[in-house]
Amino acid sequence: MSESGAGGETDRTVYLRIEDLTKKFGGFTALKDVTLEIYEGEFVCFLGPSGCGKTTLLRAIAGLDIQTRGRVEQAGKDISALPPSERDFGIVFQSYALFPNLTVTRNIAYGLENRKASRAEIAARVTELLDLVGLPDQGDKYPAQLSGGQQQRIALARAIATSPGLLLLDEPLSALDAKVRVHLRHEVKDLQRRLGITTVMVTHDQEEALTMADRIVVMNHGVIEQIGTPLEIYRLPATSFVADFIGTMNFVPGTVSGPDRVRLAGVDLACESDGLAEGTAVTVAVRPEDIVVQSVQGGEENAVEARIGEMEFLGSFYRADLVSEGLGEARLRADLSINLVRSQGINEGDPLSVLLPRERIRIYPGSAVRG
Amino acid sequence: MRQGLFGQVFKGAVMAAAGLAFVAGGALAKTELTVYTAVEAEDLKRYAEAFNEDYPDIEIKWVRDSTGIVTAKLLAEKNNPQADVVWGLAATSLLLMKGEGMLEPYAPEGLDKLDPKFRDKDNPPSWTGMDAWVASVCVNTVEANKNNLPTPTSWKDLTKPVYKGHVAMPNPNSSGTGFLDVSSWLQIFGEKGGWEFMDALHENISHYTHSGSKPCKQAAAGEVPIGVSFAFRGAKSKAAGAPLEIIVPKEGIGWDMEATAIIAGTGKLEAAKKLVDWSITEKANKLYNEGYAVVAIPGIAKPVKYFPEGITEAMIDNDFEFAANNRKAILAEWQKRYDGKSEPKN
Amino acid sequence: MLVIVLYLLIALAFPLYVMLSKSFETYAFRFDTVELQVDRGEGWGETLNAMALGEGLGIVDPGALVTTSDGRFPATSFFPDFSFRAKTLYRIRNTKEGSGGFLVKGRPATGTDWFELTSGEFRRVQIRPSQATGTGNYLSYFSTPALFTSIYNSLMIAMISTIVTVTLAFLYAYALTRSCMRFKGAFKMIAMVPILVPSLLAGIGLIYLFGKQSLVLKVAEWAFGEETVAPWWDMLANGAYGPSEIYGPTGIVIASVFFTFPHALIIIITALSIADARLYEAAIALRAPKPRIFRTVTIPGARYGLISAAFVVFNLVITDFGVPKVIGGQFNVLAVDIYKQVIGQQNFQMGAVVSVVLLIPALIAFTVDRIVQKKQVALLSARAVPYEPKPSRRFDRTMFAYCCFVAFFILGVLAVCQYAALIKFWPYNLSLSLGNYNFDVMDGGGWDSYANSIQMAFYTAIVGTFMVFTGAYMVEKGKGFNSGRTGFQFLAMMPMAIPGMVLGLAYIFFFNHPNNPLNFVYGTMGILVICTVTHFYTVSHLTAVTALKQMDPEFEAVSQSLKQPFTKIFARVTVPVCLPAILDISIYLFVNAMTTVSAVVFLYSPDTTLASVAVLNMDDAGDIAPAAAMGMMIFYTNAGVRLLHAGLTRGLHRRTQAWRTR
Repeated sequence: MSESGAGGETDRTVYLRIEDLTKKFGGFTALKDVTLEIYEGEFVCFLGPSGCGKTTLLRAIAGLDIQTRGRVEQAGKDISALPPSERDFGIVFQSYALFPNLTVTRNIAYGLENRKASRAEIAARVTELLDLVGLPDQGDKYPAQLSGGQQQRIALARAIATSPGLLLLDEPLSALDAKVRVHLRHEVKDLQRRLGITTVMVTHDQEEALTMADRIVVMNHGVIEQIGTPLEIYRLPATSFVADFIGTMNFVPGTVSGPDRVRLAGVDLACESDGLAEGTAVTVAVRPEDIVVQSVQGGEENAVEARIGEMEFLGSFYRADLVSEGLGEARLRADLSINLVRSQGINEGDPLSVLLPRERIRIYPGSAVRG
Repeated sequence: MRQGLFGQVFKGAVMAAAGLAFVAGGALAKTELTVYTAVEAEDLKRYAEAFNEDYPDIEIKWVRDSTGIVTAKLLAEKNNPQADVVWGLAATSLLLMKGEGMLEPYAPEGLDKLDPKFRDKDNPPSWTGMDAWVASVCVNTVEANKNNLPTPTSWKDLTKPVYKGHVAMPNPNSSGTGFLDVSSWLQIFGEKGGWEFMDALHENISHYTHSGSKPCKQAAAGEVPIGVSFAFRGAKSKAAGAPLEIIVPKEGIGWDMEATAIIAGTGKLEAAKKLVDWSITEKANKLYNEGYAVVAIPGIAKPVKYFPEGITEAMIDNDFEFAANNRKAILAEWQKRYDGKSEPKN
Repeated sequence: MLVIVLYLLIALAFPLYVMLSKSFETYAFRFDTVELQVDRGEGWGETLNAMALGEGLGIVDPGALVTTSDGRFPATSFFPDFSFRAKTLYRIRNTKEGSGGFLVKGRPATGTDWFELTSGEFRRVQIRPSQATGTGNYLSYFSTPALFTSIYNSLMIAMISTIVTVTLAFLYAYALTRSCMRFKGAFKMIAMVPILVPSLLAGIGLIYLFGKQSLVLKVAEWAFGEETVAPWWDMLANGAYGPSEIYGPTGIVIASVFFTFPHALIIIITALSIADARLYEAAIALRAPKPRIFRTVTIPGARYGLISAAFVVFNLVITDFGVPKVIGGQFNVLAVDIYKQVIGQQNFQMGAVVSVVLLIPALIAFTVDRIVQKKQVALLSARAVPYEPKPSRRFDRTMFAYCCFVAFFILGVLAVCQYAALIKFWPYNLSLSLGNYNFDVMDGGGWDSYANSIQMAFYTAIVGTFMVFTGAYMVEKGKGFNSGRTGFQFLAMMPMAIPGMVLGLAYIFFFNHPNNPLNFVYGTMGILVICTVTHFYTVSHLTAVTALKQMDPEFEAVSQSLKQPFTKIFARVTVPVCLPAILDISIYLFVNAMTTVSAVVFLYSPDTTLASVAVLNMDDAGDIAPAAAMGMMIFYTNAGVRLLHAGLTRGLHRRTQAWRTR
């Protein structure tokens, strides 16, 4: 099964291929020329803010909303024009969509009927699935008599009952309580690993995507911003949007001042400038946890003299505002561990030298960045 | 697929309905005649039964309503007639239909026996008469006593202030009886005098009813002491036990003729002719005589129980063509004068 | 989908269009196309144009030639010296083929040949009008006070009834939701009773209660003696609101309040029961006095409900035909005018004009109601803690007394109808008899009407529920084709704004047209069913849509992904889940089909007379007691069906709706 599969590998079978997919709703373009490959047995998350087109893409794969233009290929077969009933997938929705008037057993068996399976075979399969999702004794109950987490597990069982080649999950955990959600993440991921079923999950929750996915597809405004493993996405966000959307990021405006150098308001930093021409306006990004505050010598490369502004207590660490002449108007947020704050006796208003490690700095062309 | 399914069900239903209608039509050897009539509902069964004694093969399907409504219906259906025969509708209405070319001229057997008044002047006639239907005034004696009302003897009496709010009459716009009253007053008192009379009468009217029999029925039920209606209705209510007196105003009374005609273009002309033939037989006339003092064949009418005396003599010399041709103008004038004044009195 | 859209087009849009164009169909004398010649014994004189002749004589005004289809103009008017005994000969002809022509010997002549007539024959020549298109009908409507005063009358009646009904219904609803009085269930049930009877019956009941032969009077006389009661009654009878006035606006208002009461009550109860207890707690914490809480919390909370109820009542009253017909006396209102124009005067064009006039206030009321309803829904979805009333002896007792009074009145109207129906000859022979049930010797179609009504109501319930539910399903679950779905939604909302009389008249114009391939429906049970389904489409549609909205939108997607046919999800899930709503729709259609008069009064045929129309016709003919008897038959049938429905719903609930209980 896929360990954290890397994007560029070519030795694996492409199970789902999406080419130049465009979907328009009247004058609104929900998807713009989306191209994507998903490998067999892979768990892929579509991640993005609401309205980014991730659900539209999922529904296009399912055939529920047929694309305006483009191709969808599943297991080597062009399914672009097929209705959902002729495609091969199981689907789970945020609302579970369990049939309220049918028992759990009947819900799971729903897709098994009309398939030339005998009653006994169906019953056996239902029992097997109930065991699989860990609800062996709940077959005779109605959905309303189950908790949300239980209902979602039944929905999952129903979706995989027919052993589809592809499992589509549309924000399956969003309606659940926080604790149940964390618990179910593992269960779903575990189940997927055991079954080896190619899975696409739509979510707006980055934590969910980071913990569950083999690869994440970050989307915004109908286009794919980046495809990669959770680590790649977090460490090397390809665009300022991704950088901002995943985790917390400091953004400071600057200008390219030479090869691999940028200038902020009052300080020059060394970083990878990706061949950008001198004088280009850029945004410099660095994560709060990457800012080094311990044993920084003044005058060291990428060291910045700053003063501690407000400190926000967040349980396991402090998030501190750093004010510096070198940064101009911009503020940096740095994560300071409890330990550090205690041992160094850091207080609001204290001066502090911080280091922005060269390999942790990303720069993006343009200055239009939120936050 | 949904459409297809539904479409098929729909188609099937239509075909089944059509099939059913066909079978129903075929299974009955009887000819079914749709007959429009304004004859009182309680008489229709007797008429049909008597007719079926002689023609068991023809079944009558009655469409009964008040004169105005039947007339309206027939005119509305001018381009797509539903009726085969009209049996028992005011001659003035039939004249109107003749003017629209809706009637099939036919000289029924025994036409020569009829009083010439009781037939269309053309030859062959477009309609033949049945009986005369005579206006009169129903007075509830109990209510009249209670309100200290003297018994009126003439139309003019009804305009006296003592009767204020105690008289009901039919609205001529919807009721044939109402129209014959109005047209008779215009003939009795002259055009000017007639409207003056109605102006005065209007002051006393408690309400105008839609149907011609209602004023008398209301008088019978004590809802109003005096109802301008027709004699036959009064006699019926009197027979039912109402404390009624039926008055024949001395100036004379309006009347209309109930008449029969074939609707042009009927698909059942033979059966229709048989019905019209039968409608002017002596037997039929005797049947009419049970409710009407004057019938089309002269000399066979017997006095009718509860009918006031002297009613035949009091009938005015009615000019039907005047009534039919001026109907529109009279009704418009009537509406302008009396319907517009019908705001609340308080 | 297409079939249902087609249905609404045929059953609603086309007929209304035809009616609208009919209102512009005018008739006018075309004297300019008639020519005359006279021979006074000296050979034929010059050819005279009737228009020129008439103008010269001052008997024809070229600006006022508009008449109706049965307008007639005597040709002799053109010759002031006319005498039918004179030996003069006349000739007349049309100059244009196909114009209205004239009557010769009572028959129409439209050709262009000369007719040569003796003066005796010429005496009977009548000029007929030609058909044209224009606003003439509207002009003549607004220049006839007898007609346009009805607009004022209708608006007045509707407004007064609205104020009275909404006030009474608000108090009643307040008692039901905010007091701790006993028998709330019974009171609610009694208040719903008027829905089960035709509005006509309210009028009939009032006639028995307060008419000239008032039952109230008789009972009072029996209880207190004639001498004691007489002066009181005289005072009342001669007063403004005395029994002599029950035929008129007072009667219409009382009867309208009676039949619209439950409609307003349902809406206001809903509005009051969504009140947020927190708001009351906050108000009390701020030490607001009770009247202030009522003014600042209760009324604003129920505001939309009250407005909505007001417009619904307004619409019901202004479009109602039964009540003013029975008890309106000489007080003209628009709905009855349509009836009088069409039925009484055969003036279909003017009927169409009045219909258009009636449509306007109805459409406005409908639009406002829709806007308000949308806001009400928004309020509903807000999270609130439901208000629980606390017992208060004095308040509860006052409310109980008030509800008793209303309930007593409602039941009293029905009881008096039933009593009158069983009396041999009110008020002169009070022995009991079933004579009034001998419907077969009366107007209205006899017992067959009753059977027809049940049959019609049954078909309406079946066909209607199917159409409505399928239609709502298409709107709610359909994909793509968005403009079509919006259009359908609009069509589905329309019937609520269309008065029954207008719909019925539009159906005559549309379905009775000889060139309409659907002509065969005319005069059948089919047209009654179509008309009734259409008339009551909106409320049913909204019920179905609401039920469908509560279903998960992804059911179809799941079913498709599991490769199950569409029919399976529809039959196994959608229909069972919506079953209570489906039953509600069918019962609603049934009950309304039993009581409706306005739309079907123009459409019934001898084979398809209906009980509700029989009530109207019997009352029309003065047979009030039998009319009351038939009205009560409708009530018992509806009450029976309602009970059956309640039982069925409960049974179904237990069997198929087990999943609703946790």
